Amino acid sequence: MEWHFNNDMPIYTQLVYQIKFAIVSGQLRPGERMTAVRDLAAEAGVNPNTMQRALQQLERDGLVYTQRSSGRFVTEDTCIIDEAKKALAKQYIDQFIDSMKNLGYTREEIMELLKGSCEEDKNGNIL
Amino acid sequence: METYFECKSLGKRFGNVQALDEVNISIMPGRVIGLLGPNGSGKTTLIKLANGLLTPSSGEISVCGFKPGKESKALVSYLPDRPCLPDWMNTRQLMDFYQDFYADFDRSRAEEMLSRLSIPDRRIIRQMSKGTREKVQLIMVMSRRAKLYLLDEPIGGVDPATRDYILDTIIRNYDENASVVISTHLISDVENALDEVIFLKEGHVNMQASVDDIREQYGKSVDALFREVFKC
Repeated sequence: MEWHFNNDMPIYTQLVYQIKFAIVSGQLRPGERMTAVRDLAAEAGVNPNTMQRALQQLERDGLVYTQRSSGRFVTEDTCIIDEAKKALAKQYIDQFIDSMKNLGYTREEIMELLKGSCEEDKNGNIL
Repeated sequence: METYFECKSLGKRFGNVQALDEVNISIMPGRVIGLLGPNGSGKTTLIKLANGLLTPSSGEISVCGFKPGKESKALVSYLPDRPCLPDWMNTRQLMDFYQDFYADFDRSRAEEMLSRLSIPDRRIIRQMSKGTREKVQLIMVMSRRAKLYLLDEPIGGVDPATRDYILDTIIRNYDENASVVISTHLISDVENALDEVIFLKEGHVNMQASVDDIREQYGKSVDALFREVFKC
């Protein structure tokens, strides 16, 4: 995994977000075994306790689970993953709409601009 | 829980200079702590006191439950702020040397780390570059299964890639219940790896707080806060 950190947010929050992103985007697959905490922390260059705290939060969110003695895994429950993905999408959209409103655009104008930017190829993929 | 490092009203005076004054610190097991302060703030003095290389002028200091001395030295792994390896030895002799002195030295760990750096067994320390010597010194220090690691400027004077290697080595090698104290003024390089920071200012403890609490409370990095607190 690639890790990126900014300077004004708690590292813990950023870890939760980045691992969640890796799970909902399929970079980490359902049921996949996670790297051990210490190695994951070293890879990200963060404190192991902070990494542990982030994973515990993801565990509470149901995105990962711990199996006694064999380690930590991404959930196999694709419903939970889809939910988390939708929540993240909602967050992006809200941010986008907020910015557009601040620029003074109306709902219709936003939709037009969006359609213009989202051209598809013949298979329906966004270009 | 027992603390691994504790100072109570600790003071150290050199002639007319009060290097440390009324320092109160306590460090719990399992933490990585940044001891941060500008040059001359007392970082090295504090670490030397903890290692029994200096004696306090006032107050108390205890390390793993002992006053600095023979018992504490068996539990503390210390990286001094300057090169301290006998430079005529090769790496194998160096490992023999550490094994003789420290019951907690894990030779296989040292061998593995040296081989990852492709440093041959018979390479004499004198023939190594400055960066390599610093890495070897850190490998020896981190190969002890100590309770407390006191690292004085482990990343000063090395290039950024070596810094990453050193931090990675520290994170991967301290035992779960051990604590690590890293003194430095290169804050942005280490802050992600720390649980807590201690700001030393002119011999006083200015602040002891967790990195994420600082970021949450001030909305800025420890590095940015440091620049504010120590603005010249």
